[in-house]
Amino acid sequence: MSTVDDPRTIEFDVRTDEMLVNMGPQHPSTHGVLRLVLRTDGEIVSEVTPHLGYLHRCAEKIGENLTPRQFIPYTDRMDYLAGMNMNLGWALAIEKLMKYEPPEKGRHLRVIISEMGRIASHLVGMGAYGLDLGTFSPFLYAFRERERILDLFEEVCGARLTYSYLTVGGATADLPPGWVEKCEAFLTQLEPIIVEYHTLLTTNSIFIKRTAGIGVMSAATAIDYGTSGPVLRGSGVDHDLRRDGEEIYTAMYDGYAFEVIVEKNGHYPKDHQYPAVPKEAILGDCWHRFYVRMLEVMQSIDLVRQAIDRYSTATGNYGEPMKLNQKLPKGEVYLETEAPRGQMGFYIVSNGEAIPWRARARSSSFCNLSVTSELCRDCLIADVPAIVGSLDIVMGEIDR
Amino acid sequence: MSEPTLVDQLKQKFGAAITGSNLENVDPWIEVAPESIVAVCKYLRDEPSLAFDYCNSVTAVDYLHTDEKKAAKSEWQPHLEVVYHLFSMQHKHSLVLKAMLTRWKDDEVGELPEIDSVAHVWRTADWHERECYDLFGIHFIGHPNLRRILCPEDWVGHPLRKDYEMPLEYHGIRGR
Repeated sequence: MSTVDDPRTIEFDVRTDEMLVNMGPQHPSTHGVLRLVLRTDGEIVSEVTPHLGYLHRCAEKIGENLTPRQFIPYTDRMDYLAGMNMNLGWALAIEKLMKYEPPEKGRHLRVIISEMGRIASHLVGMGAYGLDLGTFSPFLYAFRERERILDLFEEVCGARLTYSYLTVGGATADLPPGWVEKCEAFLTQLEPIIVEYHTLLTTNSIFIKRTAGIGVMSAATAIDYGTSGPVLRGSGVDHDLRRDGEEIYTAMYDGYAFEVIVEKNGHYPKDHQYPAVPKEAILGDCWHRFYVRMLEVMQSIDLVRQAIDRYSTATGNYGEPMKLNQKLPKGEVYLETEAPRGQMGFYIVSNGEAIPWRARARSSSFCNLSVTSELCRDCLIADVPAIVGSLDIVMGEIDR
Repeated sequence: MSEPTLVDQLKQKFGAAITGSNLENVDPWIEVAPESIVAVCKYLRDEPSLAFDYCNSVTAVDYLHTDEKKAAKSEWQPHLEVVYHLFSMQHKHSLVLKAMLTRWKDDEVGELPEIDSVAHVWRTADWHERECYDLFGIHFIGHPNLRRILCPEDWVGHPLRKDYEMPLEYHGIRGR
């Protein structure tokens, strides 16, 4: 350590001690109120400690005091960028407990809505990731398209963020007349726009420099930390609950044509239609996680189209919402569904009353975030937002 | 994998450490003695025919009726359950494990019940056990970093316990 007595020495003195840098909880690149404490040595980060809980709203305690239908609005507020998918996860878990099977029309309606939710969520993920890396325009483009999905959702249920639309037993209402045509028109417009987005970020050389080879996570680490969704598949693990999940969930996608978006033998499914993987990218890095998300948007567009075809020809009812104070059967169930950010699980213990004895939410982002300290070891400070952003976390879901 | 054969297989291997099972429930579960939880978990992970390499969740359930009338009619004695949800990426099968604990260690109110940590078996369990410690007050022996995770570090009590009472005041903020 030099002293300030001799100003000439200061310029050449490089401080080599470790320094603790606090990032957050209001740092824009941490996607909400997440606080990271970085132990740095110059520009190198030697350790990252996440601190959470700033958005803890006791959702599980509330779940022990409300009936399942009453709890639906609280699930909206978990992953608030994919409220529809949260509703679905909770509804299916209760239905598994009640051994209820929604009618065919209701199943296809759920596929339409939850895949649209996935597109909206991944668009935010893409836009916000651009923002993390210092480019503003992809964010505006992504929100322009997301807005159209929110308009469609608003027409369906009146809300733009906290929908409470899909509910135990089916949905609160059928799709309004003419909605399906509007949705199809939107998808036709969205498809070429995604190609445009690939030129904005995926193949952008600055973007590749910031993400390729950064935050590499091996498949073994991804499994060990319990990561899921695009984070897991970005590391090359072939696992998607829409195909590998429990029967009550996979029955929704029965007969749908889709492939799990994961790299196999150096190729993604149908990757000749998309920009090639740059040679700098390593499987499991930030770029791959981003790429999986972009490909999933295209896949969801395809799934919505298939669902619309089936929905339009299906006969009968879309499902009957369960009564607000209906008693639950005794027993306990655990069910995970593939939400945009990964596997969202609900564990319900019921002792035969209308209110569950225990309602637990297993959050995908919670596990995905826990891998941060592992990925950020010995990286540059500038890479920390790139890594955390690539995990695409939502604090509402982590803190519950 | 079928559950009855797995129960037999585990009973053969661990004997009295497998204290029970419920195969009628929608998701069947197997009960493990708390002191053997790490050995059983390691076996479940490392045995190639089972290969439970993915831990979905570690959580707990508090069994206590705060209402005396209900407590008198209750089928169970007050206790805590630690619940492990496991999955195998290779075989795509899942399993539920349970370990029963007393609500307080040696029934002395305020002394946290103890169970061995499985954080070194699956890294997922690290944060999940922290959450369990925070919300249920279960002490996980051998956990690398057992601190509160969702509540502030100076929070008093464990909110998901059934007899938890919300504080009236926290750092000048009025509760209730």
